[in-house]
Amino acid sequence: MSSVRVLVGTRKGAFILRADGRRSDWKVEGPLFGGWELYHLKGSPADPDRIYASQSTSWFGQLIQRSDDGGRTWAPVGNRFAYATETGTHQWYDGTPHPWEFARVWHLEPSLSDPDTVYAGVEDAAMFKSIDGGAEWNEVPGLREHGTGPSWQPGAGGMCLHTIVLDPSDPNRMFAAISAAGAFRTDDNGATWKPINRGLRSEQIPDPEAEVGHCVHRITMHPSWPKVLFMQKHWDVMRSDDAGDTWREISGNLPSDFGFPISVHSHEPETVYVVPITSDSEHYPPDGRLRVYRSRVGGNDWEALTNGLPQEHCYVNVLRDAMAVDELDDCGIYFGTTGGDVYVSPDGGDHWQAAVSNLPAVLSVEVQTLS
Amino acid sequence: MIRVVLPGHLRTLAAVGKEVQLDLPPEATTADLLDALESRLPMLEGTIRDHLTRRRRPFVRFFACEEDLSHESLSAPLPADVLSGREPFVILGAMAGG
Repeated sequence: MSSVRVLVGTRKGAFILRADGRRSDWKVEGPLFGGWELYHLKGSPADPDRIYASQSTSWFGQLIQRSDDGGRTWAPVGNRFAYATETGTHQWYDGTPHPWEFARVWHLEPSLSDPDTVYAGVEDAAMFKSIDGGAEWNEVPGLREHGTGPSWQPGAGGMCLHTIVLDPSDPNRMFAAISAAGAFRTDDNGATWKPINRGLRSEQIPDPEAEVGHCVHRITMHPSWPKVLFMQKHWDVMRSDDAGDTWREISGNLPSDFGFPISVHSHEPETVYVVPITSDSEHYPPDGRLRVYRSRVGGNDWEALTNGLPQEHCYVNVLRDAMAVDELDDCGIYFGTTGGDVYVSPDGGDHWQAAVSNLPAVLSVEVQTLS
Repeated sequence: MIRVVLPGHLRTLAAVGKEVQLDLPPEATTADLLDALESRLPMLEGTIRDHLTRRRRPFVRFFACEEDLSHESLSAPLPADVLSGREPFVILGAMAGG
């Protein structure tokens, strides 16, 4: 029988949740790396026993941990993230030039085909790549150097490269998103990059339709439709049907179009999930009701999913990397909150239960579907 | 024999006990101590000193002989009582975070 393994990164360690295909009886292991911030853990699609984890604290800096046995044992691998070329400056919050400085790894994206190849999105924004299982990391400098970098500015959480999407139909194509610079695409395996922000509109920047400067929170793609991208922006939920060349808004009837995560159903490329948050300063659900919204038609028409979720006095947030889907026949949806709950729906969002509660604030959730 | 006391998180990371003992030449400096420590326990690279600048990380402190040595030059000789092994060289996380 199939099973699932859920990798949960929190402010104070990592947790691994395991269940069989019914996804109702959960075994919780952790905290792993207790006391450290685990911004992201993700398994290799090519070898599910290979898992990478980003571990950091303000005290002791950045570590990368690797497991080769499905999370039972871990070993630190390389943690030297040196920008490949002269970095210069980007804009600071007050608009003054600020030197580029490495802070942490926000996101790890293992290759679709090689367990030893993994990408890292870091703050200050850059992409790194390892081809030896994380032992050594080298920057993919074409992104930072493509030309607009000096005008990038940090979002409230820092100037982070938080999203990396690999195109399963074209190994030379990747997407990346940076707060608050925008979305970018390479069509030559990282050598060159271009901004793909046409159609985004951000009233918080001087030119609302500028080439860069947009606070993109998350991008996702269904692997069978690699030209269709869905985006949760600072405000606005967006869609592109041409691999990011142009975007159109699909916020429709959402109660708020501010939010962080966005996911696509694993078997229905037009079924999309978001978690609306009240506003950019009120990082909690509208009306204190935790509602996932689902569109079955690729956006604009959204329905609230509430069965099993708290519908009063709920003031948590769901962060950008804290939502995921499994690949079982009845697609499971997972998300973690800053209140330390991890919710699971084994039926595409119709019913929810807490797989675990009262963890530290959840930073990331990834799911591995195991046969 | 020089005695180095690591903070709990780094002991866990390096899978060592509270104290690590190092052989260093007479008149060794703090930088020599850190070099020897990282050579023996390479998983600590980057956790005490920044990889690139080689400077002490801001929230890491060095204490010895009831003195705060955090702001001393890394090229300064270690105290005689540390070099003799009478006193440990203590590496710890700064009191921060509320």
